[in-house]
Amino acid sequence: MTKVHVTTTVNGDPVEFLADPRETLLDSLRNSLGLTGSKEGCGTGDCGACSVTMNGTLVCSCLVLGVEAEGAQIETIEGMGGDTQLHPLQRKFVEHAALQCGFCTPGILVAAKKLLEENANPTETEIRYWLAGNLCRCTGYDKIIRAVQDAAAEMRGEAA
Amino acid sequence: MAKDEFNVHNLVGTRPDRPDGLDKVTGRARYGADISAPGMLWAAVVRSPHAHARILSIDTSKAEALEGVKAVVTRADFPTGLTGEDWNLQENTMAGDVALYDGHAVAAVAATSQLLANDAARLIEVEYEVLPHVIDVDDAIKPDAPAIRPGSADASVPEGMAPNVVRYMEFGHGDLEDGFAKADLVCEKSYKTEAAHQGYIEPHACMGQLGEDGKGEMWVCTQGQWFIRRMCSAVLGMETSQLRVTPSEIGGGFGGKTTIFMEPLSLALSRKAGGKPVKLVMSRAEVLRATGPTASASMDVKIGMTRDGTMTAARAEFRMQGGAFPGAPVDMALYCAFAPYKLPAVAHIGYDVLANRPKCAAYRAPGSPMGAFAVESLVDEMCRELGLDPIDVRLKNGVKSGDKSSYGPKFGSIGLTEVLEATKAHPNLAAPLGPNQGRGAAAGYWFNHGGETSVSMAISEDGTAQVSVGTPDIGGSRASIALMTAETLGIPYENVRVNVVETGALGVNEPTHGSRATFASGKAAVVAAEQAIGEMCRRAANEWGIDPEAVEWVDGAAQPAGPNAGKFPPMSIAEIAGKMGSTGGPISGHHEGNLDGVGASFGTHVVDVEVDPETGRTTILRYLVVQDAGRAIHPSYVEGQYQGGAAQGIGWALNEEYVYDDQGRLANPVFLDYRVPVASDLPMIDTVIVEVPNPGHPFGVRGVGETGITPPLPAIANAIQHATGARLRHLPMTPAKVLAALKG
Repeated sequence: MTKVHVTTTVNGDPVEFLADPRETLLDSLRNSLGLTGSKEGCGTGDCGACSVTMNGTLVCSCLVLGVEAEGAQIETIEGMGGDTQLHPLQRKFVEHAALQCGFCTPGILVAAKKLLEENANPTETEIRYWLAGNLCRCTGYDKIIRAVQDAAAEMRGEAA
Repeated sequence: MAKDEFNVHNLVGTRPDRPDGLDKVTGRARYGADISAPGMLWAAVVRSPHAHARILSIDTSKAEALEGVKAVVTRADFPTGLTGEDWNLQENTMAGDVALYDGHAVAAVAATSQLLANDAARLIEVEYEVLPHVIDVDDAIKPDAPAIRPGSADASVPEGMAPNVVRYMEFGHGDLEDGFAKADLVCEKSYKTEAAHQGYIEPHACMGQLGEDGKGEMWVCTQGQWFIRRMCSAVLGMETSQLRVTPSEIGGGFGGKTTIFMEPLSLALSRKAGGKPVKLVMSRAEVLRATGPTASASMDVKIGMTRDGTMTAARAEFRMQGGAFPGAPVDMALYCAFAPYKLPAVAHIGYDVLANRPKCAAYRAPGSPMGAFAVESLVDEMCRELGLDPIDVRLKNGVKSGDKSSYGPKFGSIGLTEVLEATKAHPNLAAPLGPNQGRGAAAGYWFNHGGETSVSMAISEDGTAQVSVGTPDIGGSRASIALMTAETLGIPYENVRVNVVETGALGVNEPTHGSRATFASGKAAVVAAEQAIGEMCRRAANEWGIDPEAVEWVDGAAQPAGPNAGKFPPMSIAEIAGKMGSTGGPISGHHEGNLDGVGASFGTHVVDVEVDPETGRTTILRYLVVQDAGRAIHPSYVEGQYQGGAAQGIGWALNEEYVYDDQGRLANPVFLDYRVPVASDLPMIDTVIVEVPNPGHPFGVRGVGETGITPPLPAIANAIQHATGARLRHLPMTPAKVLAALKG
């Protein structure tokens, strides 16, 4: 099938790629742009490992076509924070041992970042329901919830 | 070599950031599907849509004619004449004359893009003759069930058994009749558990390359790169040493990534495509249809108990199917079933049965959760009937160090009593319960494992250290191994780098399985570090002109062992390392062996549930895990294992099962329908780490990964009975099943 030329912005950088009209945004990110931080766990929008934001909306990039990225603003895990300026969520996930295998971690971080942008002081229940679309099979979620709570507190300036 | 004698450590027991943390929160850690190579092809697999069907013909011509398709393979491309488990592995990798389950691979194709490979796979035409199939274990064991693979029973199966029974076992000790005669209450009940999948979020993925010269490379997400190497080379008829396997970071395994599924296909395709690398990534549906779930089980248990709660005798008969191949973990289910109890008389009978399902793989404490579901449910039922406290009954009958186990061997040092006492003391047991709420407790057991291990470590020129291990880091083992190595060397944690290395770099290692990575690679790393310390003491002794035995290693430096040894200032590891080139060359250590000294681990879980009487839905209100870790090297990751095991057990108890339609096709091969617990399903999971040190490990480690999935199944059933009066003996305890039980 003839590929389509797509011009878009990923993590603030202008990028271009050719996309088969059948390929997902996740495939475009991973295979055309080399941004393999977003993961495919299911391909059906059930696991959230491919979570990115598109024009500020949290989406499963496996449910978006690559060609739909035309003219959009995409944010992925790679844009969340570098080694020298980690997002508080990234730091707290390591401190709290909120990851074991780490495969779901990029998607959970992207989703949790969006939560804290909308709600600076979420309750445990609000965090659990917000992240209900992000499967983690290793941790039982306990340490993930605590890491999000702790990062939120720090971002509110409450942390010790 | 016990370093745990005084229980004073600088590093062991602390909670530093894991060494691979930054990689994993920034998205740069590379997992199975995250690699590509020049000239790489993409592969897709054609799978049987039938549960059981003879393959009459495979026409690959249309696929081969498609532009961009570089190779197609079928079973005809594999060597013949394999026997035993190698033959089973090959047969599971790609069907021969008969497709044995829905999802069984039949052909595979490699092309220049994933979409093209998928298109080509759809052009491969397979003609089938559908055969009668059987799914449920109780149906599969019937004498008139469709015979799935005649002739695959081993020598343990007596003449005249049903055709799908492939292994049979019976063992026990004591006088069973006498034991039951001494009991005031004898109960016998039947229980069933359904197949659950490990549910790792990362689908199987690999990139294989195999040339005409017989040399191959593979990048793969696996728990064990040497297992992949051995199995792939056996299935393809390669020389084992010619295949070099590099493990990627691994996105969960839980036992399911200790074997091969599609990996040989990438190598076979590569060979046929002129040696180009071939990337093969499973979809979630392929993972669920064609990779190892656990076995399903049908179990009868009989227990005798006196009025004061003393268990007098017990008998278990388990029937398990592990798919169309031998290997259901019925033996381990039986070994673990009564392990928490000191029993004067016990009998075990087990059947390994074939069914038209995918070949089962290990899943966290393979077998143990099923047996625990049956036994721990029945013990609870009997405690209720006799008006006894279930924790007290377990204390009364619980095994202690040195006791003969239910399955034969004597226990070494174990901590079941300490675990039960800690459970009783926990505040969760005093939390008030409201209407429709109930509390359930259960015990669980896993042996833990040492196994084939090879580790090397080397001191670098600046006095830091690198450790090469063969056990992929599936949940923080780099951190625990670095802690133990640094503690032994007397240097900072940050000065040790632990590398998980490829097959070319070490001798054979078993996978990260059996809860062994921190135990075995950690123990070997300590031995290797001690060798390096010995060498560094010799270097210092040479320089000082004193006897090496007169030098001791303290806080990362060599120093004279006493006033008589001579007066020299301590020589630091950095100082010794800095001049190693002129004092004798590289300083390193290594250890290889079948590591023994493993310490078994018991745990108890206590769960509070609320059951909605209108919908039958069970909500977990409160959850407590108490388990003996021996010694928690990095307590955060020990807690993580406890919490993760509990969450998987909760899923198995309440939601997860393989659902088949009447054609034997898996009806729920997506996460929407194969529903694992999500964040909003669970409460915080409270943990208590009990530490009864294992004398067989320098720091007392037992291994903590597996025991935790065992108690949730019965604990939740026990809590549901406490809440509702209804006893559920068939997992999963879905709202529909609970509602039916409530209506009597």
